[in-house]
Amino acid sequence: MEKTDVIIIGAGPVGLFAVHQLGIKGLKAVVIDNLDKAGGQCIELYPDKPIYDIPAVPECTGEELTNKLLEQIKPFKTKFFLNERVNEVNQEKENWIIKTNKNNHFFAPNIIIAGGVGSFEPRKLSLKDAEKFEGKSVFYSVRNKEDFKDKNISIFGGGDSALDWTVELSKFSKVNLIHRRDEFRGAPHTLSEIKKLEKEGKVSLKTPCQLESVEGEKNIKSITIKFDDGKIEKINTDIVLGFFGLIMKLGPIAEWGLNMNKKTIKVNPENFETNKKGIFAVGDICSYPGKLRLILSGFHEVALASVECFKRARPNEKYKFEFTTSSTTIKDRLGKK
Amino acid sequence: MPKITYKDKQGNSKTLEVEKGLSVMEGAIQNNVPGIDADCGGSMACATCHVYVEEKWFNKLPKPDEGEVDMIDMAFEPKKNSRLSCQLIVTDEMDGLEVTTPEKQS
Repeated sequence: MEKTDVIIIGAGPVGLFAVHQLGIKGLKAVVIDNLDKAGGQCIELYPDKPIYDIPAVPECTGEELTNKLLEQIKPFKTKFFLNERVNEVNQEKENWIIKTNKNNHFFAPNIIIAGGVGSFEPRKLSLKDAEKFEGKSVFYSVRNKEDFKDKNISIFGGGDSALDWTVELSKFSKVNLIHRRDEFRGAPHTLSEIKKLEKEGKVSLKTPCQLESVEGEKNIKSITIKFDDGKIEKINTDIVLGFFGLIMKLGPIAEWGLNMNKKTIKVNPENFETNKKGIFAVGDICSYPGKLRLILSGFHEVALASVECFKRARPNEKYKFEFTTSSTTIKDRLGKK
Repeated sequence: MPKITYKDKQGNSKTLEVEKGLSVMEGAIQNNVPGIDADCGGSMACATCHVYVEEKWFNKLPKPDEGEVDMIDMAFEPKKNSRLSCQLIVTDEMDGLEVTTPEKQS
């Protein structure tokens, strides 16, 4: 069990800045995120897209913003628990205990939910029948490519993941690459490699078409695809791989008894506390009158939430407002002389 | 104000006046029309405001840019007449537009 002052759920820009606001107040935090790296939507959805409304930063990309924030919180040596999803929360007097899907336990008087619009999970095939084959014949990621050796593989999708795995798996398996339109959004050079592999008979390209049905009992034996012109084709398939990007799902947080409003959590805009004492929600996931889903609003929200966190984590100390420019204590914490 | 009709797969339909300059997505969100999630808030990053545009309207609308078409790949059950409603900015010419929401967004 890891004891700390604040458990931050979500390593997006607002979660990262929470580390800073807590850190300068002398509070320790841990950060948990379902993705394999920090940055949240900034990294996962728009790493290369420019953002123009960060105060005093005329233009930066999602990736640049993330890297700057990571640099800013470096002095606090915060522990990150990535690839990990928060499952359960339990109360123990004035404290909260969080359990993750990796069975790690965290103990703190405060939780800050900076969960954006939920944790990222792969988008799945829309065909209902595909569900029962999930984990047996249908996969949305490749853990160990050896599992897909000498098989008939049908890959769905048009992005880099679909293209890259088509090339990779065609080295030892027969691969069909199936996409709903003729254009692929993945890297052009990968696509030309695939066109070459197609000529060599190692890859079959099927476009524009979509999955019509899957056939098989325990495992998939074949799939049927339908082309835009109405033509139907049955393809021998052992493995279906779908690469349709990620969606955001709120997940177990929705079951925590918090005051929910659709997919958001209602908070008190004075300190961003939810209806549970010591659980805060900030950034895209919180709602209050006038809420704007801007990164800069999230920064403001964590600044205020961190004050309340201080009061709960240090009940015997008086909170003292300080400026970073003049406070020697803060400068010490930041490692500045 | 232009009128926009939002339908769902079950055949429910709601016609609303949507202010010019707002997106078809915003028109739905502001009026609590179900079936459009818009998780990313209109930054064309999530494909959860996916709609099907009625055939006769599809060709009249400004063409989707590459980013939108790429993002539609990730939508739930994309079709030829799929659009992201956050990219459909309401104009006077769009008075009478009908869009249908998919069975679900994710």
